[in-house]
Amino acid sequence: MRRNQVAVVGAAETTELGVIPTMSQIQLHADAALNAIADAGLKLSDIDGFATAVETPQQMCHYLGITPTWVDGTSVGGCSFMLHVRHAAAAIEAGLCKTVLITHAESGKSMIGKQPRSIPADSLQGQFEAPFGVYGPPSMFPIPVLRYMKTYGITHEQLAMVAVVQREWAARNPRAMMKDPITVDDVLNSRMIAYPFRLLQCCLVTDGGGALILTSADRAKDFPRKPVYILGTGESVETPMVSQMETFTSSRAFKVAGPLAFKEAGITHADVDHLMIYDAFAHLPLFGLGDLGFMPHEETGPFIAAGHTRPGGKLPLNTNGGGLSYMHSGMYGMYALQESVRQMRGIAPAQVPGAKISVCHGVGGMFAASGTIIFTNER
Amino acid sequence: MAEPMRARPKPTPETQHFWDGTKAGELRLQRCDSCAHVYFPPRPFCPSCASRKVSIFKASGKGTLYSYVINHRPAAPGFTPPYAIAVVALEEGPRMMSNITGCPQTPVALELDMPLEVTFEPLDAQITLPLFRPAKG
Repeated sequence: MRRNQVAVVGAAETTELGVIPTMSQIQLHADAALNAIADAGLKLSDIDGFATAVETPQQMCHYLGITPTWVDGTSVGGCSFMLHVRHAAAAIEAGLCKTVLITHAESGKSMIGKQPRSIPADSLQGQFEAPFGVYGPPSMFPIPVLRYMKTYGITHEQLAMVAVVQREWAARNPRAMMKDPITVDDVLNSRMIAYPFRLLQCCLVTDGGGALILTSADRAKDFPRKPVYILGTGESVETPMVSQMETFTSSRAFKVAGPLAFKEAGITHADVDHLMIYDAFAHLPLFGLGDLGFMPHEETGPFIAAGHTRPGGKLPLNTNGGGLSYMHSGMYGMYALQESVRQMRGIAPAQVPGAKISVCHGVGGMFAASGTIIFTNER
Repeated sequence: MAEPMRARPKPTPETQHFWDGTKAGELRLQRCDSCAHVYFPPRPFCPSCASRKVSIFKASGKGTLYSYVINHRPAAPGFTPPYAIAVVALEEGPRMMSNITGCPQTPVALELDMPLEVTFEPLDAQITLPLFRPAKG
């Protein structure tokens, strides 16, 4: 895809984040969508392209009153919205539509109007994983961690530092769920969830949503907000079964999506001012730093432990507080994208001064899928 | 009220041979007749070269502990926490999820790369699960 041909011109989260017992899941979608429409200075009738995950495009378009000429229902987990951005950019460039609305919302905590996730007994997961006691992401996502630690010499303290540093970012963000400072000892003494991970190394469970509006870069200059351009994109999938990953020392989906986006953007790692790596659990930033090529995997734990990703560090990472401390409704990718857009607009609560390039990397399922979007505020 | 049972696999035409195998006390894998690739989970073609000429064979049942978590909460129905959810690297190459029996469910007892051997645990009259235990000698 060509660089900087498409831009984000509207971006917003739900009015509230956290525990929202007053809205169903589709209404959370609508709340985020209406906020993004207002942010872009548009009317719903201006939207001719629509993408969402879990909820279907037909459900949401009907609820919102949109008649689209292009839809995308790609639903590959929490990074679905990175893939939507990539697909929408291609669709706009191809002339299939002009103005795309992408929505995410999840009643992850209150569970209002949300279908429970289930694994059919005759699926491959139902036959070859479920009988062995996996029960939700905390029992599955950390399964590669011990192998990763042994292979690269990563320590429990380094993995605890991921949570400590992200809490430092969250403390600067009024909308973050968890803002009180924590120490490595706090993390390592928190309740055991699935060894080696404890409570503070697992994401929050909240309600909320977010929405983005994309259009061509040529039209973007006429919108009220500073345009945020799509500089590079990548995507891939590997397997829905964590046990069947090619290796536990790397994510193949990360290694495809990340470098693809860097190549398309035509940038080097030294050009990156701001970085988001979807952190459903504390090991994901390490996998991301390694697989996106920022450093060898051996150096990821020491890099974070040395404070290079904390406020004032040389590589600001997960500056909203991340899924560990900001919010995590179940499919966090949308919130990572929102923070990248805020950073590129220059309006983030913990703004990285002068940031021009933001890399936003998402995961879907348990390393099942991946999407990377590189944004810039310069054309 | 009956004890809650662990999730029960429901075989499909492509996986029936695997579950027939565990019931008969065999761990069955598949090998491609064209490129010799050994793979899991079951399917009637080779995911490496796409050949439909594949054979089912009895695996050695030997492997090593590749990685695991010790799940504390929430526990799956039929499990008493803490219990290890393990991924075993089979001698023939593929990896599979399982549980480790005959061994304390602790980080000290569960050492990565420890040798394991398959053992079969009947779940009901139709389904037997392949579990693993520390290899003897």
